[in-house]
Amino acid sequence: MQQIRLCGSGGQGVITAAIILAEAAIMEGKESVQSQSYGPEARGGASKAEVIISEEFIYHPKVVTPDVVLALTQQAADKYSADLCDNGVLVIDEDLVPDSPEHPNVIKVPLTRLAVEGLGKDLFTNIVSLGLLVKVTGVVSFETIQKSVAKRVPPATIEKNMQALRIGFDALA
Amino acid sequence: MRSYEKYFRMNRLPHIWCPGCGNGIVMKSIAKAAEQLGLDQDNTVIVSGIGCSSRASGYMNFDTLHTAHGRAIPFATGIKLANPKLKVIVITGDGDCTAIGGNHFIHGARRNIDLTVILFNNNIYGMTGGQASPLTPTGKKATTAPFGSVDTAFDPCELAKAAGASYIARGTAFHAKPLVDLIAQGISNNGFSLVEAITQCPISYGRRNKMGDAAGMLKWMSENAVPLAAYEKLAEEQKGDKFPIGVLYQKTAPEYSAEYAKVIKLAQGGK
Amino acid sequence: MSQARLMQGNEACAEGAMAAGVNFFGGYPITPSTEIAEIMAKELPALGGTFIQMEDEIAGIAVVLGAALAGRKALTATSGPGFSLKQELIGYGCIAEIPLVIANVQRMGPATGQPTSPAQGDVMQARWGTHGDHPMIALSPWTVRESFDVAVMAVNYAERFRTPVIILLDEVVGHMREKVVLPKAEDIEIYPRRKPNCTREEGYKPYTPMADLVPNPADFGTGHHIHVTGLIHDETGFPTGSSKVTEDTIQRLHQKISRVQDEITHYDEFFMEDAEYAVLTYGGTARTAYAAVKMARQQGIKVGMVRLMTIWPFADKVIKKVAQKVKKILVPEMNYGQLVLEVERAAAGQAAVISLPKYNTEIFTPKEICTAIEELATEVVK
Repeated sequence: MQQIRLCGSGGQGVITAAIILAEAAIMEGKESVQSQSYGPEARGGASKAEVIISEEFIYHPKVVTPDVVLALTQQAADKYSADLCDNGVLVIDEDLVPDSPEHPNVIKVPLTRLAVEGLGKDLFTNIVSLGLLVKVTGVVSFETIQKSVAKRVPPATIEKNMQALRIGFDALA
Repeated sequence: MRSYEKYFRMNRLPHIWCPGCGNGIVMKSIAKAAEQLGLDQDNTVIVSGIGCSSRASGYMNFDTLHTAHGRAIPFATGIKLANPKLKVIVITGDGDCTAIGGNHFIHGARRNIDLTVILFNNNIYGMTGGQASPLTPTGKKATTAPFGSVDTAFDPCELAKAAGASYIARGTAFHAKPLVDLIAQGISNNGFSLVEAITQCPISYGRRNKMGDAAGMLKWMSENAVPLAAYEKLAEEQKGDKFPIGVLYQKTAPEYSAEYAKVIKLAQGGK
Repeated sequence: MSQARLMQGNEACAEGAMAAGVNFFGGYPITPSTEIAEIMAKELPALGGTFIQMEDEIAGIAVVLGAALAGRKALTATSGPGFSLKQELIGYGCIAEIPLVIANVQRMGPATGQPTSPAQGDVMQARWGTHGDHPMIALSPWTVRESFDVAVMAVNYAERFRTPVIILLDEVVGHMREKVVLPKAEDIEIYPRRKPNCTREEGYKPYTPMADLVPNPADFGTGHHIHVTGLIHDETGFPTGSSKVTEDTIQRLHQKISRVQDEITHYDEFFMEDAEYAVLTYGGTARTAYAAVKMARQQGIKVGMVRLMTIWPFADKVIKKVAQKVKKILVPEMNYGQLVLEVERAAAGQAAVISLPKYNTEIFTPKEICTAIEELATEVVK
């Protein structure tokens, strides 16, 4: 079982990214549960989405001890990474989380900057992050996440989203 | 048998209204309007709320629905949208329509959904013994306004107009014959129609406010109800208790169930 | 079987309702049920159905009662505050015997409470929220797939028994997404609208009960000229002050449901064969309870689990049997302790019943429930 948490600020697209990841797992025949919690704000405020992927039916629907936490803001990193297990991985946007929480395995990537520089818009940060998450976890194949993204995003944006995935995937050697 | 009697459930009469009550006159006007229009009893639904006037639904020979207090208009909205070929007439009172049902009243008007609302306005909660309603005039007495009402009353016709209704008329129990025409025109209007029918409640309102018996209250209507054109010519100081009757407002506007039919067509790929 | 897909509980509920023939939705948006309205707004017109957003929660149920009377299968959806507002007209649906489904996606109260947080605090309101006496059917799913199935079942029960049926979702199941494979349309059984058994000329009385104690009131617009009222009425549908008719009506309303209670009591048992302790659970909490029971089993504790899908009418017989078998029953709930009262009543002292309430916006963790199970197993029965 893999327990993955994506968090940031409302509007950064972490819930959409979590849904796409869960759909990719289902495409590979796995079980997957996705959930989220959020405040009253439509934009801003801390936003948390979780994905559990398993070979077997998943009963408890929330992450208990995350294997991976992706944090796109300092607030989210501070609030949602404390329960990460020791052999887990914390992935942060190095520009937006300047003060990284203490953890033996921290991967720092300028995710938002990569999206802006590569695609001209921070709108793609969540898809860049997905590419990186797939590289870090190997929880689904790169081909499957491509298919899953293509299914969710508006047809006119597929090409740019594929580029975003690639940028994220290649951000880590 | 009188020709309009087929619109009544004769085995459910006599009605429960007090001697001198004007509700029977208004109910008969609805039946006569149905006769005038040749309404199909199988395709007409009468929906009412709770109160004296709302008991009328049970006496009328159609599919009839006696809903909960204040809720006649949203129930009627469901019936109309579920089967737009039905003619839907709402019978309601001043408390039912403008107090507990006030929000539904303005939103029904806003949608301009094809309902004909006959508002029996006797200025009081009659069935329960005379409590004040939003149409009890300022200064008039009620059991819950023993020193005279300090509230300002609504003008339901102005309210409906502001909210978007496409046909608005006012009549009285005294002017029974014109009332039939006003109701018939309301039913014919394809949109939200309001017919405010001023009716007397001698027991719970007239007595307490020294307005005399039923005849006295009808006399008051005859003296104070003025056809709109004449009313508009009155100087402000002449108006006093006087109020306009007749068709007060009419407009052409999109009707809700027809507009929703377009949504269905669009969703099904039509243009 | 159709293809596996990721689906949200609320979405499955909406899809299930439509699969069972719902073609009218009226309501007022409220978190965390709004997705149901949004899906209906988008999908119903293509099916020739009707969606309307009303001015308030009360109008939201009134409009679907009207639509149901005019022949539609109708759904409304809400959450705690709206569920409270709808109560009078739920009672109207019971006495006027109008088929109607209300999906209540529970959130934390009272009042505005914690609007985006999960809870199971409407369990008693679902049963006793209206004034007066009438039975209630409430079904609580624990998976996304079951949200679909429960919606189908709710629509069918509403039609068959001519009564409002409540889908008691919680925010956990309503908002989570998981893998589902939905049944094919042809495998879904649909209970059709009941029809009058004779014509007006033949003396049709819309509220004459049939053999199953359920009447067949005609749809409006079919030429039967029926009268429907929220007053106590006799077989003709017209109000009566008769004490006998009143008593008989209240009895019949209860008996039309109680006579099929066993049939409509749906529940699952897990690890109960050798169980000395049981966890009695429902809704989203049951998922966590299952994980906890497995953890406790790994420690050698003989604990089983009973999961209720039918919350009302309450599964008295099931609880009675469980109470005779085990020493203690643990009832975890996302509230201050509600259904546990019914469990205690039904257990009637045959087993100790222990409440495990939670009301802090967070759902249980498996460890929390497992710890409570460990305590059950170590404490001496008093």
